[in-house]
Amino acid sequence: MTLAELKRGQQGTITDVSSIHIPLKLLEMGCLPGNLVELVQVAPFADPMYLNINGTHLAIRKETAIHIIIETAHE
Amino acid sequence: MSKQINVALIGNPNTGKTSVFNALTGLNQKVGNYPGITVEKKEGICKLPRGVKAHIIDLPGTYSLNASSLDENVVIELLLNKNDKDYPDLAVVVSDVENLKRNLLLFTQIKDLKIPTILVINMSDRMAYKGISLDIDYLEQELKTKIALISTRKNKGINELKELITHFKELSTEPCLDASTIDKAYFENLRKAFPNQLLYKLWLVITQDVNFGKTDRKTFEAVEDFKTKSKTDLKRLQQKETIKRYQFINETLKLGQTIDLKSAKDLRIKLDRILTHKVWGYLIFGVILLTIFQAIYDWSSIPMDFIDSSFASLSEWTKNTLPEGAFTNLLAEGIISGLGGIVIFIPQIAFLFLFISILEESGYMSRVVFLMDRIMRRFGLSGKSVVPLISGTACAIPAIMATRNIESWKERLITILVTPFTTCSARLPVYLIIIALVIPEGRILGLSYQALTLMLLYLIGFGAAVGSAWILNKILKIKSKSFFVVEMPNYKLPLFKNVALTVLEKTKAFVFGAGKIILAISIVLWFLASYGPGDNFNNAESIVTEKFASENLPEDELNEKIESHKLEHSFIGIAGHAIEPAIRPLGYDWKIGIAIVSSFAAREVFVGTLATIYSVGSDEEETIKNRMAGEVNPILGGPLFNFASGISLLLFYAFAMQCMSTLAVVKKETNSWKWPMYQLVIMSGFAYIVALIAYQVLK
Repeated sequence: MTLAELKRGQQGTITDVSSIHIPLKLLEMGCLPGNLVELVQVAPFADPMYLNINGTHLAIRKETAIHIIIETAHE
Repeated sequence: MSKQINVALIGNPNTGKTSVFNALTGLNQKVGNYPGITVEKKEGICKLPRGVKAHIIDLPGTYSLNASSLDENVVIELLLNKNDKDYPDLAVVVSDVENLKRNLLLFTQIKDLKIPTILVINMSDRMAYKGISLDIDYLEQELKTKIALISTRKNKGINELKELITHFKELSTEPCLDASTIDKAYFENLRKAFPNQLLYKLWLVITQDVNFGKTDRKTFEAVEDFKTKSKTDLKRLQQKETIKRYQFINETLKLGQTIDLKSAKDLRIKLDRILTHKVWGYLIFGVILLTIFQAIYDWSSIPMDFIDSSFASLSEWTKNTLPEGAFTNLLAEGIISGLGGIVIFIPQIAFLFLFISILEESGYMSRVVFLMDRIMRRFGLSGKSVVPLISGTACAIPAIMATRNIESWKERLITILVTPFTTCSARLPVYLIIIALVIPEGRILGLSYQALTLMLLYLIGFGAAVGSAWILNKILKIKSKSFFVVEMPNYKLPLFKNVALTVLEKTKAFVFGAGKIILAISIVLWFLASYGPGDNFNNAESIVTEKFASENLPEDELNEKIESHKLEHSFIGIAGHAIEPAIRPLGYDWKIGIAIVSSFAAREVFVGTLATIYSVGSDEEETIKNRMAGEVNPILGGPLFNFASGISLLLFYAFAMQCMSTLAVVKKETNSWKWPMYQLVIMSGFAYIVALIAYQVLK
């Protein structure tokens, strides 16, 4: 599943990042395969998304989140 | 005299880098610009033990050495250019104990440049709270550096840091890891082609999107047999590099840092449940804005009244004390009145900057970005446009510079174009004095009508910005990739020292920047108002005396008639009458016309100009406000500043583009005269039409 499908309060692990669509800056902030991600809060219309990636708190838009592949713990 | 040590402060945003800078330099700092660009340059002097001094530069915050903005570019340019006079002898990388992992990415890159580097771990007072413990000896050994564990909040560790800076020569310049293993063959090639250059420096120059200083790019073009890679390949390699660096950092921290999650508390998440909530978040933001405007209006009225009357007495005192003559008149009527027109707004401007810097320092501003992004996007803006639009209430110039972190060019351009609509502090003087003249006192639900009018004007400005953004979004055909990443930093109690320094420095910049223009214009205006061509001006006394000879006027009244006759036939009077036909339909007389024309240099000149024009020839000790209230409409009779003409003036100033400095900054940031010229013509034309309609409807 993609990061965009995560529910509020849910956690997952990043498995793949589509490199063409993701800015380097986001990777530098810790959005890398293997890292834990939690959806902290969503703005109205679920966009942007407020994430906690490995201790770094940041917000990205949904259009970016669909390019980040994750898996949740109990699947 | 010993040589100063050049120190560069480098770090991620939100690590308290500026607090470290303030702790090291105190009041010994100055803010300027990097030559040719509008990036703010902060530098200061730090006194070290044994009489040594360090020259410290606070570089713009950046997450890595891969620049994606003009500000970040400054960091790399300085670190790559050994010939720059500011090239650091020592880099001090500031990190935050809670985000050590991410902060170390930049640190390892700097180490690759072989500059002596100290690692500052700030906010050490939060370690117990977060359950973090560090093995400093181990980290120093692995990272090949010296570590200063400090807390700017508790003022701890600063002296140890100064000690480390003094002994910078003992620091290792060895890199932490070998980045060239991401593509051995390629880096080997590079090494062969440029044997005398630092490998990592070459790599940085090759991968940067932005244009670099002349020296380095040329070296690549000169060597023909060296093949560089495609952009996509380079980006993939940069990713590989980032992953490799994180691997090293993770391994280092596995042994060097322990985090006891059980004892860790997270206030941020709890606060954000409310502050970024779908309903509460917006409600709280609204209340904060309302409070700010009420405060600006209410709190500053006492110091403002005091300043206004002080300048009136000072002008009067000067006139009575100094010997009579042209110089005394220039001083009392031109310079002091003009200066009074600017000093009076210091309280309000200081309050405004106070609130803005508290919002920024506390970390709340990022939440506003989050809350507003979706809404702003509808209008072709970004959530990040909120920051320029809010700081535009102080001044459009820094606000336009603050658009640099907006990733998409289209969103950024629109933000730049519409930001001048927000009510900047230079409009405030005009608004305040006119509101005081034409809006009745009184309160509704504890809020004064005058404060509400002011708030309404801010909303109108904001509405005009958002509305025109919506139109621009439909018209402009620009395709640009949009990335949106915003960090949500921890909430922090703003440090008094940081807030105070910001308020002091910004207010100073406003007063001296605007003060110079206002002073110059006041002097010019005074001359133009005190001298005139031809008989009508020079023989005013006899002409007027003759005219009213039969009426037997008392001396006072006669003198007044003479003065106003003089003013009308002075240079300024003639110029004012020339433009009067254009502004009469808006309800203004020629004096206001002069004030409007001179405000095209800068809006805040308006009040000073009127103060100068009205005080020429007047003997009475009077405040600016009283003088304006006493003006009579020459055609219709009744007060000149009535409800209709007042509203018309307010609306004119709300929309018109009257700031040369802003136009200059827009030109710089968009790299073309096209956009500032559009702003000037469209905004001012719109202002004229709206003011015209308002006056004609209300009169």
